[in-house]
Formats: sequence, structure tokens, C-alpha cells
Amino acid sequence: MELIIAAIKAIVIVALILQLIPVLIWFERKGSAYIQDRRGPNRAQILGIRLGGMIHNLADVVKLFCKQDIIPTKASRIIYVVAPMIAIFVASATVGVVPFAEPLHLGGLTIPMQVADLNIGILYILGIGSLGVYGVMLGGWSSNNSYSLLGTLRASAQMVSYEIAMGLALIGLFLVTGTVRITEIVSQQTGFHWYAFTQPIAFVLFLTSLFAETNRNPFDLAEGESELVAGFHTEYSSMKFALFFMAEYAHIAVGSLIVSLLFFGGWNLPGLDFDWIRVYPEAALSMGLPALAVGAIAFGLFLCSKFRRHKYNDARDYEVLIFGVPHVLIGFLMIGATLLLHGTTLPTWVGPVLVAALQMGVVLAKTLFFCAFFIWVRWTLPRFRYDQLMDLGWKGMIPVALFNIVITSAWLVFVH
Amino acid sequence: MLSSYFPIAVLFIFALILGGVFVGLSAWIGRRPYNKVRLEPYECGLEPADSPRKRFSVKFFMVAMVFLLFDVEVTLLFPWATLFKQFIASGLGVFIFIEGLLFIAVLVIGWLYVVRKGALKWE
Amino acid sequence: MIEAYLFYFFAVTTVLLAVTVVVQPNPIGAAVSLVGTFFSLAALFVLLHAHFVAIMQIILYAGAIMVLFIFVIMLLNLEPEKVKLRTIAGNRLVQGSAALYLAGVIALAFFGWRQFFTQGVVANEMEGTIEAVGKLLLTDYLVPFEMTSVLLLVAIIGAVILARKPVE
Repeated sequence: MELIIAAIKAIVIVALILQLIPVLIWFERKGSAYIQDRRGPNRAQILGIRLGGMIHNLADVVKLFCKQDIIPTKASRIIYVVAPMIAIFVASATVGVVPFAEPLHLGGLTIPMQVADLNIGILYILGIGSLGVYGVMLGGWSSNNSYSLLGTLRASAQMVSYEIAMGLALIGLFLVTGTVRITEIVSQQTGFHWYAFTQPIAFVLFLTSLFAETNRNPFDLAEGESELVAGFHTEYSSMKFALFFMAEYAHIAVGSLIVSLLFFGGWNLPGLDFDWIRVYPEAALSMGLPALAVGAIAFGLFLCSKFRRHKYNDARDYEVLIFGVPHVLIGFLMIGATLLLHGTTLPTWVGPVLVAALQMGVVLAKTLFFCAFFIWVRWTLPRFRYDQLMDLGWKGMIPVALFNIVITSAWLVFVH
Repeated sequence: MLSSYFPIAVLFIFALILGGVFVGLSAWIGRRPYNKVRLEPYECGLEPADSPRKRFSVKFFMVAMVFLLFDVEVTLLFPWATLFKQFIASGLGVFIFIEGLLFIAVLVIGWLYVVRKGALKWE
Repeated sequence: MIEAYLFYFFAVTTVLLAVTVVVQPNPIGAAVSLVGTFFSLAALFVLLHAHFVAIMQIILYAGAIMVLFIFVIMLLNLEPEKVKLRTIAGNRLVQGSAALYLAGVIALAFFGWRQFFTQGVVANEMEGTIEAVGKLLLTDYLVPFEMTSVLLLVAIIGAVILARKPVE
């Protein structure tokens, strides 16, 4: 029974991360558009519904599946095919120890809200993440293309360099936490004792090396378009290219999750007392639901007020109504539920489930904030030069990280 | 203990199948390349000027080598950092601090040597 | 019981992948098989409850040493057709000593460490955790721990000297 739950959970959690990928791509397209003062994608539609460009992701999937599946004649065929599989394997396997909420106690059953609670904790993520370099190395090498090879060399040298800084930053954090299990690290950060404030140097170093590990701007020299066409995946087409693309976004999603769990308190939010909610779900619901209802109705009415019958003269005119009316209806349903709730006692499972859902919501909100941060940085900062990049990694971040370790340990021994 | 690794196994198998299905489906649904020229290495439409299979800068090898050595040191520091608070609690704080300090000092000497010799200098 | 089946599965996988490393004509392919070998070795360590060693195996061997190997293979630019398959068929001395070594290991396993096979060693579940390994490493094996850093320093100096430009 427990094994079946564990297996289902593993697949659901990977599916959740994969679901974040289209959201992130949409974020990226719309975000870059607004930063560059454009409109962004808004053409693809299903019966006139455009979802502000979301449908473009669906169109992309269909397009990529139907593209010519090219294996260059000079490529090493097996490795060429295996490389994107390694990339997506690593990207989706890193989520293995990431918790989304506190373990859920239901009756006699305890369900940890993560794939597996391993003793080695976050070292698992470091270990699996360090395999990510193979997707890049093998993909670029096997294509037998000069641009790919140059992109590969740059990307892999950069990824391994920043892995050291990442490990050293985490050592600074482990000194304070005294454990490598993410659940325990999060439970230490109640209230505002977030490690971003007590270990600021480790936080900045970790975030920076995360940018380098995911090969994102300002560290995206591996695919500097002006120099290397597309870097290591120049020769890839159709879904094989998409796997590299998906792996990049999955890395961003998992990386943001880890940052928000390790440094930003995870599911802790000042003012939210989960123990209280677990015991008194009725009180929490009767306070929370009306507030949510007012918000939903206000948002729905705002959307409906944007309705103009002859703005575009096609189905787009009704888009705001399609979104606005359900919001208003849901708001009224919530008010109805609050009234029904009044004076009744809920079954005992409501409290824990409500807490788990709330915690997941908080974690996902923080994660999406960091995802947006990734995108914001990409479209704001210019690219490094390669020697600057390597100098920053080896001569900037490593000494700072070592300094942080020494200072933290000395403080723990002599002051604390 | 061992059963906690079972979901990880499920995750690995699922991730492998995921990659296989995507690659297989695109090979099955996708159109066959009908033009021989498309299968040539991409070099902006020109004939490939040079084979990529030639030797490249030894700097990259240098980075990989230094990375490996520093990685060993970092992994050995993980247990030290994790146990630091426990040692302080049992009154061995100064002992473990000096132990770690020595280890890091040797690491810093190695780092200084690498930087001074210009092994990681990119022209 | 399931652990025994898992052990046999991963043991066979490890050996098969190791054989692939040797017979593979493409050097990069051989390196990839070696990564797989290390991975299934890590699984064997997990079966022995050696969690920390398992993750060290993945971080260091699969994640760092093999990266270096592949860099070297790419650097030397060994193309499959350029590599001549050299066999050690003619060399009786090498063959003989290898066979002798293998026979010795098997004999030792059967006669010397027999009780391990018949009784089995029950690994303590908490023995291989990061805390337990760390405690041993930082107290009982303190000198080897510090010496490792010196050894690594020597290795760093060696690597820098090997790759330096020749002095004119």
C-alpha cells in the first residue's frame, strides 16, 4: 500500500515539474516581450481562445513532433540520440528529494510530501545534478559540428567550475543547519529566520552558481547566438531539441524550488501558524474564505469591466468574460461555503489536508517568484565575456565562499 | 531504510521512459528528411570549412583536472560541516574548528598555487 | 529476499557494463558505459546501507572523474577508426599473471572469507549515514582526513606542472 502511494507520488511530482515547463516558457516569452516593450505571442488560438499566448506552447509541441527528425550523417548516432535523453533524465530526477510540504498525517498513515526522504538529503541533488554535464558534453561532441563542439567545451567547463562554488556555498549553510535533510532545514526557518538573512553570502553564491549551472544569461556563453549559432544543440531538431529545451526549464524550476526551500523558508510564512490551522480548520476557513472570495469577485469584475463588444470583432472580445465570470461565480461559491460552514465541525482529515495544500501553495508561490527572477535577469543583464566568467568562478566566488565558511564556523565556535 | 529508495527507482524508470518516448515519438511522427544536404553538418549553409575533430586548448583539460581535485575536497567537507554543531554541543568546538581550518588552509594553498601559476588564466 | 534479487540484478548490470567498457571500440562510448558502471556500483552501495559512500561514488566518480576522462578523450581526439585494437594475446607473462591474480582472488574469497558467504554480514542500518561516516572520519581517522588534503595539494601541483607551457 505504502509502496503504491510512493510510486504514484513520484510520478505526480515529476508531472508537476513538467507542468511548470510550459508555464515558464510562457513567462519567458511574455516577460521578454514586456521588458522589450512588445506584445509577445498572441496569435495561436483554439476556437478563438488565446489565453494570452499560452496556446503557443501547445502549438509548439505539435510542431516539434512533426518536424524532420535529423541525425547528421557525420554524427555518432547512438550517443547523438542518447544525449537529450540524459538531459531530461537528469532534469527530472533531481526533484527526487525535494519536499513540497510537511509530512501529511492521515489516520494512521504518514505520507511525506516528497518523492523520497533520503538520509543524504541535498547531496542527492548535487550528485544527480553533476551528471547534467553529460547531456551537454555528449550532445555537442556527437553532432560532429564545430559550433557544437565549441559550445560544449564552454558549457561543460563553466558548469564544472561553478559546481565547486555551489558546493562551498552549501557547506556554509550546512554549518548553520547541522543537517542535510531539506525537511529539517525548512522546519528550522520558522517566522523570519530564513537562511537568506542569516547566511546572505551563501545565498548569493548559491543563486549565482545556479544561474551558471543552468547555462542562463548572464552566463549563457555556451549558446552565444552571435558566435556559436545555438551552442551544443546546433544540430538537434524536433523533439530531441525540445528535450534539451525542456531540461533547461526543468532545471530552472527545480533550482528555484531548492532556493526557496533552503534560503527562503520553504513553506514558512510569517503570520501563518500551521499548527493552529491543523487544529482549528473551521476557524481558519471562515476567516480565509471570505477574504479570498472578495479578491476573486473583485478580480472577476475587473476583468468583466474590460469587455468591449467590438474591440477586435472576433472571439477575442469574449476572452475577458470567459475568465471573469467564473472568478465571480467561484467567489460567490466561497461565500456560500463559508455560510454553510458556520457552526458545523469538519471531519478530522480536513485540517492536515488544508495545511498541506496551504504549504504547497506557499512553496509554489516562492518558486514561481524565483522563476520570474531568472527570466527577469536574463532579459536585463548583458552577457559576460568568457575569461570574465571563469575568473568570477575561480578567483571571485571560491575565495568568498571559503571566507564565508571560516567566518561562519568561527562565529559558531567562539560567539554563539 | 532501503524502501525509502523505492520511489527513487520509480522516478528513474519514469524519467528514462519519458526521454525514450519523446525521442521515439518524434522519430515516428516526424517527417523523413528528404534532402541529403540537410544531413550535412550545419555551417551557415556553406561547406564545412574544418573538421571539429581536432585538438583544442589544454585550458579546458586544466579546468576539469582542478575541478576534480577541488570536488574531492568539497565532498570531504560535507560531513565536517554537517557534524559541526554536534561537536560544539559535546564540547569539542575548538578541536573541530581547528581541524576544518587546517583542511581549508591546505585547500587555500592549492588554490593560491593554481592562481599564481596562471593555470586558469584565459587569454 | 528482495535485497538479494536486487543485489544480483545490479551486480550483473555492473559486470555487463564493465565488459562493455572493454569491448567498445568507440572511446566515448566506453566512457559512457563506465559512467553506467559507476552508477550501478552506487546502487550496490545503497544495498549495503552505505548511503554516503554511494553519493560520493556518484558525485566524484560519475560526476567528476568521468568528466575529466571525456575531456581527455575529446582532447586527444581519438576517433574510433584511428584506434588500433591492440590485444595482449601474445604476451604470455601478462596473461599468466592476470589469470593467477584472478584465481588467487577467487580462492581467497572461497577459503579465506568463507564465513562471510555462509553467514552473511548484516550491515547496521545507521552505519553508512553521513553523520556516522563523518564522526569516524573526524575523530578516529583524523590524520588520514588531514593527509587527504595534503595529497590533493600534491595532485593540484602535479596537474599544474604537467599542463604548463614549456619554458623557452
